[in-house]
Amino acid sequence: MTRRESALRIARRGAVVTGVALLGLVGIYIRALMFTPIERFQGPAQKIFYVHAPMAWAALLAFLVTGVLSLLYLIMRDRKLDLIASSSAEVGVAFSLVMLTTGPLWGKPVWGTWWSWDARLTSTLFIFLLFVGYLVLRGALHDPEVRARFSAVMGVMALALVPFIHVTVYWFRTLHPEPVLMKPERPGLPGVMLVTLLSSVAVCTVLYIGFLLLRYALTVLQDLKEEEMVDGVS
Amino acid sequence: MASPLSPILAIAAKDLLVERRTKTAFFSSLVFALLVLTILYFARDKTAVGDLDLAPGALWVTFTFAGMLGLNRAFALEMGNRAIDGVRLTPASATEIFLGKVLGSLIFVGLVELTAVPVFVLFYDVPIWRQLPLLLLVIALATVGFVSVGTLFSAMVVRTRFSEVMLPVLLLPFLFPPVVAAVQLTRSLLANRPLSEVSGWLSLLAGFVIVFSTFSLFLFEAILEE
Repeated sequence: MTRRESALRIARRGAVVTGVALLGLVGIYIRALMFTPIERFQGPAQKIFYVHAPMAWAALLAFLVTGVLSLLYLIMRDRKLDLIASSSAEVGVAFSLVMLTTGPLWGKPVWGTWWSWDARLTSTLFIFLLFVGYLVLRGALHDPEVRARFSAVMGVMALALVPFIHVTVYWFRTLHPEPVLMKPERPGLPGVMLVTLLSSVAVCTVLYIGFLLLRYALTVLQDLKEEEMVDGVS
Repeated sequence: MASPLSPILAIAAKDLLVERRTKTAFFSSLVFALLVLTILYFARDKTAVGDLDLAPGALWVTFTFAGMLGLNRAFALEMGNRAIDGVRLTPASATEIFLGKVLGSLIFVGLVELTAVPVFVLFYDVPIWRQLPLLLLVIALATVGFVSVGTLFSAMVVRTRFSEVMLPVLLLPFLFPPVVAAVQLTRSLLANRPLSEVSGWLSLLAGFVIVFSTFSLFLFEAILEE
């Protein structure tokens, strides 16, 4: 199978996975709005949480994938790893944007302010900025081999940076609700809400995979086009 | 037999010699630092924000931006006539080239900082003498961290278009932890508080320097490859 055929096959799979995830997202909206009770203290605004937290999870996952694949690229020097890492970064930007817009929408009624310099909020803002920096760097480099190497270095550095940013802001001050899910005792969320949240996390993960497959297929096709152009010139 | 340090020293000396002959970057960075210190002094309501509250942030914003000017130059001067190829042809390893570049930039940025500090004291009227050795330690630590990461990124961005814009975009997120830690430490030291109150920030700063100097050192080889 040629590279083009395999890219097209990946694109078709990506479209199916994305379609399934988008249907799932519709289901999540319906479940969150109609079949999940309204939270006592935060009111209807809390519903955003079912989109916001899973999107944040998907953005973090994208960031982790980019960082780890960058490291693997530097060890194995496989072009494919670089292309998946960059696709993941691009998808991550989209998820980060949803996270960064839904957060303030929730923050205004609940915290009384659109934005707060809380540890998780600031860390995710930096993740977004690092993703953008990574993509800007790629855009400014022409040679695909140099682009892959340099952006892998950036990816690894960014992965190492995030814990430092988190600690820095955490020590500065923090305001976010205490973790409701990942804590040592039982999750502090009632069963119905927990099911909605976990289903949404699953749907967003599938959506990430779908987007990643589509973006990766597109990147491979772009790559082929670039190679054709270089061959045409030489 | 040549000392193992000699390639590192030779590269640093070469960079500093180029700078000594022109002096453009040094004086530009210095004048820039003085301008930032002056502008920041006026960028507040003096009745609401006291000198001592403003001073630590102003100092570190100044160091960060002035240092970035110097770092931009570290590899930019290697791109003219592809001088970097000459450096690569020497027996110096990637590690030695990196350390030489870091040393050169450290001396450059250090000199800018040492010249700017007395002006900072004069402008902001801060009692710097109370804990001067500790303050110098904080400045030295933060500078090493930021120059190491900056050297790595400087080597990357010279290969891109618009490198002057690219360096701050890539580097500033990495300066966030060391600069915040340095500001907290400076604030506490200027107020003559005991170091134990802010020992966490000192550990964070030291941790950052160790982790990112090491990362930059190892990743530099991937940047220098041809």
